[in-house]
Amino acid sequence: MIKLDIVTPEKKVFSGEVADVYLPTETGEIGVLETHTAMVTPLIPGELRYAKDGKVHALAIGTGFAEVDQISISVLTDMAVSAEEVDEVQAEEDKKAAEKALESLDHNDDAEEIAQLQASIGKSIAQIQLKRR
Amino acid sequence: MANLKDIRRRIKSVNNTAQITKAMQMVAAAKMKKAQDQALAGREYADKLNLVLTNLKSNMEGLSHPYLEVREEGKHLVLVISTDKGLCGGINTNLLKKVRAEITDAAEYSTVGKKLKEQLVKTDETIVEDFTLDDPIPFDEVKPIAKHLTDQYLSGTYNKVSVCFTNFVSTLVQEPHVSQLLPVDPSKLAEKRDYEGVGKGNVGETDTAAALEKEYTFEPDANSVLSALLPQYITFQIYQMVVEARASEHSARMVAMKAATDNANDLAKDLKLEYNKLRQAAITAELLEITTAMKALE
Repeated sequence: MIKLDIVTPEKKVFSGEVADVYLPTETGEIGVLETHTAMVTPLIPGELRYAKDGKVHALAIGTGFAEVDQISISVLTDMAVSAEEVDEVQAEEDKKAAEKALESLDHNDDAEEIAQLQASIGKSIAQIQLKRR
Repeated sequence: MANLKDIRRRIKSVNNTAQITKAMQMVAAAKMKKAQDQALAGREYADKLNLVLTNLKSNMEGLSHPYLEVREEGKHLVLVISTDKGLCGGINTNLLKKVRAEITDAAEYSTVGKKLKEQLVKTDETIVEDFTLDDPIPFDEVKPIAKHLTDQYLSGTYNKVSVCFTNFVSTLVQEPHVSQLLPVDPSKLAEKRDYEGVGKGNVGETDTAAALEKEYTFEPDANSVLSALLPQYITFQIYQMVVEARASEHSARMVAMKAATDNANDLAKDLKLEYNKLRQAAITAELLEITTAMKALE
């Protein structure tokens, strides 16, 4: 068992003992179990899964990072919603808006803006995928 | 000497005012609670962030990021966070005083909140950008502000970005505060702001010992963690500051409105006393007239 905390600036989304956690990172999904070595890694928008009491729960998360040590794991992200909380229509709209904004940019625009829009699209996709599962 | 009708009219208007200020006080009290809770909810996030940053800091040598570069050339960009509405005591005035006292170099301003924007426009300051925020403040609304500030900084026009806001100490005390946002000063990184405002709402060191106990591996490497973390750190800082400012605003408004209500009630009481005195005097005078008239007829 490992202690999982999921925190956004607005609230604490989840706190409790879980069996395992899967995190979306730049280099692919990583799984974290008990006694994992202490680690910090950035997270990309995607699906976070954890198993609690034999049941797998999934959340759509935004950009952020995870701090892991032997006994606990803290996920700090700007968004964390469960499937029930996802507003699919809204997510779809956000995605379209961000895609449109991205198209209007050319390659000369700064990388940060592009990265931000891509993150925003990623967030919407993560929500939509979670909802449709 | 005011006549009865005038006093009656004044009592009525004072009572109306008291009713309005009372209502505003209650609204502010409700909003204050929410804003304070929001300011406190950010603490968990801040603590974790600080822990990681402290650790990262000890590995900081050899790390580079545009946000850390100190540049000579450029102007000073100041984000001023004031309120949209008035009637909230002196917090805007105090903040403006602080801005005037602390910002002495050639600076340009971006604003949140109408009140100080108006003031800055009046004194012919350059306003780069103005933002409005909902109540309560959603985290996503802070992102455009962070983007604006970092973009301006990275463009090279500015070599320093500061934020002026009212730090929430307690319901009765709010302190104007200026803090440097960019370039990020590694020595000040991970300093903890005292959100609950015990003391003077100042910053102190995070529990470094506890943080350094853990030797983290950075995945994929320290530099990419840093470049992923810093923008989030900046955004979160701004978020925390606007939330603090909002909590201050509602607290100040509640206190100001409570004072106004109390004053109005006092005034109404005095007026009532005067009104009754006058009314009694009038009755006495009338009685006297009648009795004298009767006496004269006998």
